[in-house]
Amino acid sequence: MTETRTTPLVELRHMKKAFGGIHAVDDVSIDLYPGEVVGVLGHNGAGKSVLMKLLSGAERRDGGQIFIDGREVDINTPRDARDLGIETIYQTLALADNLDAAANLFLGRELVTATGMLDDARMEAETRKIMARLNPNFRRYTTPVAGLSGGQRQSVAIARAVYFNARILIMDEPTAALGVQETRMVAELIVELKRQGLGIFLIDHDIHAVKQLCDRASVMKNGRLVGTVKVDEVTEDDLLGMIILGKMPEHLAA
Amino acid sequence: MTDTAPPPAVPAKRSLFAQLELDNRLLGMIGAFVLVAIMFNILTDGRFLTPRNIFNLTIQTVSVAIMATGMVFIIVSRHIDLSVGSVLATTSAVMAMVQTVVTPDWLGLGLNHPATAPIAILAGLAVGVAIGAFHGWMVGYLGIPAFIVTLGGLLVWRNVAWYVTRGQTIGPLDETFQLFGGINGTLGETASWIIGALAAVAAVAALLNDRRRKQAHDFPVKPLWAEATVAVIVVGAIMGFIAVLNSYEIPTRRLARMFEARGETMPEGYTAAYGLPISVLLLIAVAVVMTVIARRTRLGRYIYANGGNPDAALLAGINTRFLTVKVFAIMGFLCALSAVVASARQTFHSNDIGTLDELRVIAAAVIGGTALSGGIGTIHGAILGALIMQSLQSGMAMVGVDTPFQNIVVGAVLVLAVLIDTIYRKRLGVRT
Ligand SMILES: Nc1ncnc2c1ncn2[C@@H]1O[C@H](COP(=O)(O)OP(=O)(O)OP(=O)(O)O)[C@@H](O)[C@H]1O
Ligand SMILES: [Mg+2]
Repeated sequence: MTETRTTPLVELRHMKKAFGGIHAVDDVSIDLYPGEVVGVLGHNGAGKSVLMKLLSGAERRDGGQIFIDGREVDINTPRDARDLGIETIYQTLALADNLDAAANLFLGRELVTATGMLDDARMEAETRKIMARLNPNFRRYTTPVAGLSGGQRQSVAIARAVYFNARILIMDEPTAALGVQETRMVAELIVELKRQGLGIFLIDHDIHAVKQLCDRASVMKNGRLVGTVKVDEVTEDDLLGMIILGKMPEHLAA
Repeated sequence: MTDTAPPPAVPAKRSLFAQLELDNRLLGMIGAFVLVAIMFNILTDGRFLTPRNIFNLTIQTVSVAIMATGMVFIIVSRHIDLSVGSVLATTSAVMAMVQTVVTPDWLGLGLNHPATAPIAILAGLAVGVAIGAFHGWMVGYLGIPAFIVTLGGLLVWRNVAWYVTRGQTIGPLDETFQLFGGINGTLGETASWIIGALAAVAAVAALLNDRRRKQAHDFPVKPLWAEATVAVIVVGAIMGFIAVLNSYEIPTRRLARMFEARGETMPEGYTAAYGLPISVLLLIAVAVVMTVIARRTRLGRYIYANGGNPDAALLAGINTRFLTVKVFAIMGFLCALSAVVASARQTFHSNDIGTLDELRVIAAAVIGGTALSGGIGTIHGAILGALIMQSLQSGMAMVGVDTPFQNIVVGAVLVLAVLIDTIYRKRLGVRT
């Protein structure tokens, strides 16, 4: 983080979303700068996923404004978000089990030949290239992803975001289903993507990982924002207190 | 990206058979079909595998097979269409009325005008697409389950058909139109051979093209001998099929009548074969187009993705509602196409046309390996499924099994096929 903060990459202002009577997201404002990782924390059902879905277009917001590079944008569908360079890695893996890795990676953005037919060979070649970078152990290119392990599937989902040069990456518990080694792989990847200047929202229940990977953390409770802190200025216990009690740590409270 | 791809894993030494890379599931179905055919051939003292019976079998299969290809897309999308037999009836009724009332009387073209068949068929296809799209809209946009929409459709369209014709049998149909029925429209020997040769060339070209595309990206390809073996099998199958159809000769009396109709007399000792029926050619065209849609187009990719994981499709920015409309519209189109074949085959439109076809069509798709849980199914599988069912039915009829028992067997086979499929998938470790 530099001191001379310019325009935020993403700014969410007063976001609101209710399901029936439940205020899943209630007047939450957070922002994200290029090359920054912002952790989004909170207990189960705090509204983290819903907040991120409002940004990724998977849910339509009831109120609030979204700014990208300081310009207000309207995101109503996943396609809108994609067009703005926002890629999401979902908590519930958004892969079509019956298709292979390449088909999933290019889903919705297929490469086609001059005659408009799918160019599966080229898509597979591109998939091999990107996977060689992200997960060199990956081998199963022609089988449906249903047969892959959780980590392999996750790397397909991440490859999708990386391949299409996302500027803003939303990772909703990207390591929830992964083993130790794959978790480390994802962590390394986050560091690498951050260095490339991407902005990343990371939802994770592992406070320790958040302390290590994130620059700032925004904590939610019952749909409301408790506060946003720089992770270097708080302890893990402070973060836990914010999550459980919903109060800012004393040395930071105004 | 300057990185180069890792060298694809070198396959371990494999058996010669494995190197052919044939589709096991397809082989299994062909095996089942061959078994059924041989069994009936023995039971009927060789009457089952005569050119005449094979010819009949193919033309009897066409109508259900055409619809089964559309049902694959429907079931892959996790929907069902119970209305296909009724939609077939409505489109058939519309086409029958167009060619017996609208064109001859309203448009004043008289009977058997060359424009009659095209006008009638276009009208039928338009109605089929409209009905299908309407079903798809109710499923996709209004969120009514396809089972309910098409169960309603089953009743509605069967009886709309009745009102279109006032419950009458309409016929005889236009002469050109009747060419699509099977025996009344065949290509004859020479044209059949030409079509067969063209198909063989196209198949080999497709194999080569596939190979070249893989090589362009340094993917492993089959050894040349394996590729050649597959090509020989494919070409052999195509030419063998044409040879069989070309050896079914038109009975002398029928030939004589054909010459009489043209005001000529038949030369002594003249013979001619039926050759490839136009209806079968139509089915082949449908199979090719549907396979290309399934494998090579975005539409097909989205249909399968949506069936595999609707959420993933939605999050990938696919308009899944409109996709549903398209899938049902394709089904409606194919119902109308089947209606052409079915009504042309009986040379008239009858009220009961297409009755119970929904069950045959769904059974064909399912026997052909389409999974009701969605996301899985092939076009060629569904056609083979239709062929297997028709073979069972015809074979049992030839052996003299009574109709109730025929239906019992077909029902049991359906359940058995799905059981085998389930076990096969479990063994492969594919989650469904
Ligand atoms: N589609 C939906 N329909 C109705 N309620 C929903 C929907 N999605 C989320 N909710 C509700 O909104 C609230 C916030 O859910 P959300 O998924 O954002 O929680 P979360 O913070 O991501 O929790 P977790 O850590 O368990 O993933 C919950 O009460 C949840 O039940
Ligand atoms: Mg969540």
